[in-house]
Formats: sequence, structure tokens, C-alpha cells
Amino acid sequence: MTSLLVIIVLVLLAVALWQLTKIFDLTQVGANSDDSQVASDNDNNIQGYLMFGFLAFIYIFTIYGLLKWGPLVLHTPASEHGSLVDSLMNITWVLIFVVQFITQGLLYYFSFKYKGDKDKKALYFADNNRLEALWSVIPAVVLAGLILYGLYAWNNIMFVDEDEDTIVIELYAQQFKWTARYAGPDNVLGKANVRLIEGINTLGVDMSDPYSQDDIVVSELHIPKGKKVHFKMRSQDVLHSAYMPHFRAQMNCVPGMVTEFAFTPVYTTSEYRELPYMVEKVAHINSIRSKKSVDLVAKGETALDPYTFDYLLLCNKICGTSHYNMQMKIVVDTPEDYKKWLSEKATLAQDIKAAVAPAPTEGAAGSTDTTKVDTTAKVEAPKVAMK
Amino acid sequence: MSAEGHDHGQDHEHEHHHKDTFITKYIFSIDHKMIAKQYLITGIIMGVIGIAMSLLFRMQLAWPEESFKIFNVLLGDKFAPDGVMTNDVYLALVTIHGTIMVFFVLTAGLSGTFSNLLIPLQIGARDMASGFMNMVSYWLFFLSAVIMLSSLFVEAGPASSGWTIYPPLSALPQAIPGSGTGMTLWLVSMAIFIASSLMGSLNYIVTVINLRTKGMSMTRLPLTIWTFFVTAVIGVISFPVLLSAALLLIFDRSFGTSFFLSDIYIAGEVLHYQGGSPVLFEHLFWFLGHPEVYIVILPAMGLVSEIMATNSRKPIFGYRAMIMSVLAIAFLSTIVWGHHMFVSGMNPFLGSVFTFTTLLIAIPSAVKAFNWITTLWKGNLQFNPAMLFSIGMVSTFITGGLTGIILGDSTLDINVHDTYFVIAHFHLVMGISALYGMFAGIYHWFPKMYGRMLNKNLGYIHFWVTAVCAYGVFFPMHFIGLAGLPRRYYTNTSFPLFDDLQNVNVLITVFALVGGAFQLVFLYNFFSSIFYGKKAVQNPWRSTTLEWTTPVEHIHGNWPGEIPHVYRWPYDYSNPNYDVDFVPQNVPMKEGEEVLHH
Repeated sequence: MTSLLVIIVLVLLAVALWQLTKIFDLTQVGANSDDSQVASDNDNNIQGYLMFGFLAFIYIFTIYGLLKWGPLVLHTPASEHGSLVDSLMNITWVLIFVVQFITQGLLYYFSFKYKGDKDKKALYFADNNRLEALWSVIPAVVLAGLILYGLYAWNNIMFVDEDEDTIVIELYAQQFKWTARYAGPDNVLGKANVRLIEGINTLGVDMSDPYSQDDIVVSELHIPKGKKVHFKMRSQDVLHSAYMPHFRAQMNCVPGMVTEFAFTPVYTTSEYRELPYMVEKVAHINSIRSKKSVDLVAKGETALDPYTFDYLLLCNKICGTSHYNMQMKIVVDTPEDYKKWLSEKATLAQDIKAAVAPAPTEGAAGSTDTTKVDTTAKVEAPKVAMK
Repeated sequence: MSAEGHDHGQDHEHEHHHKDTFITKYIFSIDHKMIAKQYLITGIIMGVIGIAMSLLFRMQLAWPEESFKIFNVLLGDKFAPDGVMTNDVYLALVTIHGTIMVFFVLTAGLSGTFSNLLIPLQIGARDMASGFMNMVSYWLFFLSAVIMLSSLFVEAGPASSGWTIYPPLSALPQAIPGSGTGMTLWLVSMAIFIASSLMGSLNYIVTVINLRTKGMSMTRLPLTIWTFFVTAVIGVISFPVLLSAALLLIFDRSFGTSFFLSDIYIAGEVLHYQGGSPVLFEHLFWFLGHPEVYIVILPAMGLVSEIMATNSRKPIFGYRAMIMSVLAIAFLSTIVWGHHMFVSGMNPFLGSVFTFTTLLIAIPSAVKAFNWITTLWKGNLQFNPAMLFSIGMVSTFITGGLTGIILGDSTLDINVHDTYFVIAHFHLVMGISALYGMFAGIYHWFPKMYGRMLNKNLGYIHFWVTAVCAYGVFFPMHFIGLAGLPRRYYTNTSFPLFDDLQNVNVLITVFALVGGAFQLVFLYNFFSSIFYGKKAVQNPWRSTTLEWTTPVEHIHGNWPGEIPHVYRWPYDYSNPNYDVDFVPQNVPMKEGEEVLHH
């Protein structure tokens, strides 16, 4: 169906092209057509008006875009530093639109105004130091302001005070899923290295490290509202990027090193769902989905589930075949709910014990496993030190 | 070198070349004009392939996982079973599209064509400093293009880890099928490409420094030559770094070293790599990668400056400021690479430094934009197709450049990094702008290359449809990027969150298909005009520069007699001392004539 549409569009275009050529040819008839393929005054006139028309197109398209697609963009930041980012963004946008409006206006208006006329001669205007100084100094001053604000914000966001009271969580990336490890009551993550990956210990946590004993490994991220969360990120295979757009947070996960990002969530998931902009957005998405579902059901397929908003962690660095579907749900709880949720989770040490417990009945398998752990430990790889 | 001595030597050679065989004239030619045409045709063919690839993956993005007969025809049963594009081939198309457009079209196709054509002609030289090296440079480029295209046909598919080929993804065939033979061919192709590019650059630098005709001082060089010269210098500085990165990656892939790899567990086993860092690769890659965007855009800026002055019948405004801004941009371009790596895990302090240097580039860029606009002011604009593309270039350069203020600011980059916002930004500021510059150059110098004129009406249609479609494709992309949509996603259907962006994606693809289809108008115009175009006169655009003093029919050595001497700067348009509105560079100053510019 769509390919048919495409073909029809292409055919129509070919016809339009043929017609356009004819129109341009006809416009040549009146003018003293010399067939030189160099622009005549007649061409200059037509193209000059088209320049003006194109200026109108740019302005109208921009306004149309702002009205039509503006509501699609990320709104209300869900993190404390997010409002700092967004206000810098808004200032920058105002600046960009002003400059864009003026420069495009001048460019196309001059093109229209000074369209060629064989009886005229251009003004010989080769240089003017004052003008050059003007448009060097103004951008320099404006940029100085932006740079200062930007650096102030950047330093606030990126430098995490190690002494600050934070919740330390490890984000662990692999093709194509995310896992989280909570540091537990001691708030220190145990050491880990991919060389220690073994059975249920898929993150390669060093279980001989005392800090590891209370670590909790989960596949859904819960964080409490109002408390700074300090993420430490690792990857076991290729580059990934932990992108949490609603929190204005992103950091690459790099095999062989630990990267960091910290932020404080300010809306719980249910609070964020209630924001007017989000209610509207979800309603819009659901109307699209129900329309799509009608088509799907007609084709005998299952309808799409209605959508409810959840914060997401997306992979935003090309990481392989299923890069497009590497995601994890993030839930922002109230501090009480968060505590309750976490307390119900078993620690990794308990999980490993539970997995090994039935082992004595099949003794052989259990013992080979242990030797394996021993040999890998003897390699004495420089382990990724985790505080 | 004295102009006379140079002449004699060349005249001698010149006679020999009349006995050229087909092979020495059209294939292994050492004449810069022929080599320029070879670069152009190769670039156009690569451009067709690169753009066609983008249309295919745009269709996948608009109508995800739908079946198209054309996918099956073009990609085969393996990569598009039942006409549905697989996710591996999607990533391969994205990767090769980027590689081809950046390196093969906008570096070699643009710089290779116009540096070769214009440097000797505009500075008054018989040929490049080394014609032989020039020939080798082209044939290495051709070889690298063949290898790159041949990688499309290997069993596991071509390289598919993005054109930035970040390891470990690009290093491990276990991570993605394209990182097997496909990646090896990619690296080999790029190594050869870099050798070609370096040979070309050295040749351009030496030619500009040594072979200028009498009177052609550096401050009388057309801005085209200035930009080609500076581009070549940046190329010589930065391309070797990419070569070293590619070689180290080859070592990691084939010989088990650990330059870029460490602590990897993949496909159920621990690999032996230890102590390397992918971040090191990112630094090396972007040390070329960022100057590369200026290698792409500076020649386009030069072409546009020249064409705007000619067609405004006015001197380019602020000739010296233009040169200074090119030099400033070139210098800054080598110290801003880190803005591609704000969230790579490098020390945030470096992020601060790179934010500072990056935003500084806006100053020389603003100077250029305002100088172009002032050049139009009170001009007598001749809207030849080349002029339309030049104005279009300034327009897209401004639109795309302004969003650079967002991406160059580390704080703002956090949330738009690697989203469609980036795609919108760089396609406008260096993709479309450079492409417009290239089109402008082709429309303007086609008469010099082929002795015939391009059809102007087809040129007008080509420009206007392209101009509308370029904005139609890339303007809406800003919004879906700001909505948080990551790039390089095979489909967005895994995220109901993005369901409301689907209509925008369809619109973008429709604009892309229309815009892509209308490039056929250009191709038709180009190839038919080579044979059937109207015969060109010697100086069709009434331009001042030296290339228009050569005969229409190409001769080896460029000028039949002595090389013209130069007496004035290249922008004496509408000089009030003269009745005609242009005074070529080889016209001596009148007695008592004052220089009216700085």
C-alpha cells in the first residue's frame, strides 16, 4: 500500500517537474531569450521574488513547527539540576530565534531587494573595520555570558562531592539489557570485574570483598524522591550510554572503567504522571495507539496495550543489533516506598547461596564451579576498584 | 621560481602531451583538470549511492518493519527477507551512508574536484607541483572507494558500528556481524583513503606556496584558494591521527593488542584484553573527526565567497576579515574535538575547556555569515543557479550553526547528545551546506570543466525543490531530538513514549524521498550537458579570476602562451574607476589608479 503511495508521489512529481520546466521555458519567451544559460534580468526578477517567497516559507514553517511539534519536546525536568539545564536551554533558544530571524531575514530580503538589473551598477563596498568589529564583539560578549552560565551549571552537575550523603547505585550495561546493583546498608559497592562473572553472579561482583555482602542486584530501577542518587556505571562488552531524558541525565558506560552521574529526582512516578503536560501527552499517544489498534485488529493481530507513563533508561550509544530496544524502567518512589521495596529484595550473597544450596545433591557440578572461581581469582586481574 | 623558466619547461612537456593516448589522457592522466573531473564523477557516483542508502533507511524509519519490494531488490533475501529490512542492515546502511558522504563525497569529491581544478588555474600555474603524485592520489582514492563498496558484498555485511567506528563494537565480530570482514575492509579502505588525501593535500600546499604567477601575492589570492590551502593544512595535521587510530584498531582486532580494549565479557567468555580504553580511541578519532567537518565546509565557504562576489557584481565584503576568520576557524577546529565526548566518561574538567573553545568558533563563523550578507547589500545580484546554491548555503549554515551553540555547551549537550537533534544540526551545518557549496561550484565551473553550459532552468528547479526539502527533512528533526529520540535506532516502536513522533518521521521521509528524487534532475542536467549543453564562451559569468583567461578547450599547461601576470586583487567588481563592472586580475592598474580596498 505504502509502496503504491510512494510510486504515485513519484509519478506526480515527475509530472510537476515537466510542468515547471515548461513554465520556466514560457517565461523566457517574452524576454530577449539569448539561450546563453546565463541569468537574464527576467530570471533575476523571478528568482528574486522566489527568494522572498522562500523567506516566508522559512518563517511560516518555523512557526508551524513550533505550534505543531513544540508540544512533543521534553517538558518539566524530573530532576533538581534539570531546571538549571532547561533555563539555560530556554535562554539559548531565545537567542537563537532572534539571530535566526534577523539573519535569514536580511539574507533573503537583500536577495530580493537587490535582484539584478542590467541598467544598475553595484556599490563598490569592500570593507569596513567598524562593521567587522561590531559583529565580532557582539557575539563574543553574548557567548561569554553563555559560556559562564554553561560552565557554572556543568560544574554543579558533574562534580559529585564524595562526602555528600547519596545513594550509590551501580548501572551495569551489557548487550542488550540493563541491571542495577544497590550498595546496600553500608552504601559502598563491592569490587567487581568481568573476570569474576560466574553463574548467577552476572555482574562479576567480587564476593570475597566485605563490601559486596550486602549488595543487591535488580533489573528494575527504583529511586527515592528528594535524595541524591549517585550512579556508577560499568559495561561488560561494548560502549553503551545510560540516557535518562526526563532527568536530563546521560553518561556513557565504558568497558574497563567506571563512569559517574548523579542527580536528585523531584517528582515520583505517580506525581509526574499527573502533570498536566504528561496527562495530555499520554492521552495523545493513546489516541494514536487505539487508532493503530483498530487497523491491527482488522488484520487479525492483537491490539496495542494502552500506554501509561514511566521514566525510562535508554541506551543511547550504538551497541549492536538490538540497540533500539535496550531499556529499563525507572520508578521514582516516595522515600518510604523505596525503603520498603529495597528491604524486600534479597542480597546477591543470599541469591548465590540459594543457587548453590541445592548443589550438594549434584556434588560434582558444584565442585568444578568452585575451582573455576579459584582459577579466575588467581589471574589477579587489575580489578575495577569500586568504592 | 621565475615564471619564465617555469614556462619553458612546461611548453616542452606540453608538446608531448598532444600525443596522448586514450589511457594517458582519460585514465592515468596527470593533467589537473582531468583529475578534477575524475574526482567529480567518482564523487557524484558515491553521492548517488550514499543518498540512496539514506532514503532506504528513512523509509524504514517512517514505516518500520513494513515490507517494500525495493528493499528486497536492492538488499537481497539475506538482508531484507520478504522485503523487510533487518536491523543489522539498517545499522550497516547508516554506517556506510555516513562514511561515504563525509569522506568520499564531501572530502574527496568536493576538495578533490575543486582544489585540483582551481588551484593551478586561479594562481596562474601550468599544473600541480607534482602531476604524478596527483594522479596517484586520485587512483588511491578510487581504490579506497572500490574497497569500501566491495565491503557491501561480504557475507556478514559491511561495517555497521556507525561511521565513528567506536571500539569495542567495531573491534569484536562477536558484538555485531559487521565487525568481521566488513570492518576490516572499512579500515583498509580508510587507510588508503588517508594516504590519498595526504598526497593531495601536500600537493595543494606546495603548489599554492611555490607556483603562484608573477604578482599573485598571498593577499591577491581568491578566497577559494585560501580555503583550499587552509583545508589542506588541517588535513595534513589531522588525518595522520586517524590513520594511527585505524592502525591501532587493526592491531587490536588482528594481533591481540589492547590499545582500546579492556575487561570484556562477551558471548559467554572473558576476553584477554586489559588496560586499553575506548575513550582513547574517541580522542584520536575526533582529533581528526572534528577538523574533518571543517575540511568539508571550508572549501564550500571558499566556493560560495567567490560565487557570491561574482554574481553580486561586488567585492566580497571584508576580504581580509574573511581570511582571518578562515585561519581562526582552522586553528580552533583542532582544539575542540572533545565536544563530541562530553558524556564519554572523560574528566568533566576537560568538558569545561572544550565548551569554552567550542563556543569561540561562533565568533569567526558569525563574521563570515555577516560578511556574506553584507556582500549582497546594494549588489546587482545575478541569480544564476550557482548563486542560488550559494545563498542557500549561507542560509543552512546559519540555521545549522546556531544549534551548535546548544551542542557545544556541555550542560545542554547532556540531554541532546546522540539524539536526532545532533543529526539535524550537523546535516544542516556541514552536510547540506557543503553539498550546496559543491553544487554551487559545479554550476559555476561546469563551463570551465566541460566547455559547455548547464541548463539554467533545470538548475532553478533543482535548487528550489532541494531547498524546500532540505528544510523539510532537517527542521522537524530538531523537535524529535528534543523529545529525546536517540539516533541509530532501527525502529522506535519499542517505546510507546515515542509513538507521537511517528507522524513527524513520515513527513521527514516524504521530504527526503522528494528531495532525493529531484537530484535526478541534476544528474540528467549534468550528464546530458557534458555532451549536448550549449557551448560556453570564455568567461560566461564575467568573472575576474585567472581561470577564465584560459581557452575554453582544455590544453595541457592551461595557457597557450605566457602565463598572465597579476596586477590587482580578485574582487574588482563594479570598481568606480572603470565603466565595465568587472576588471580581471591580469589587467594592469591604470596610471594613478588607487587601490580601493584593504
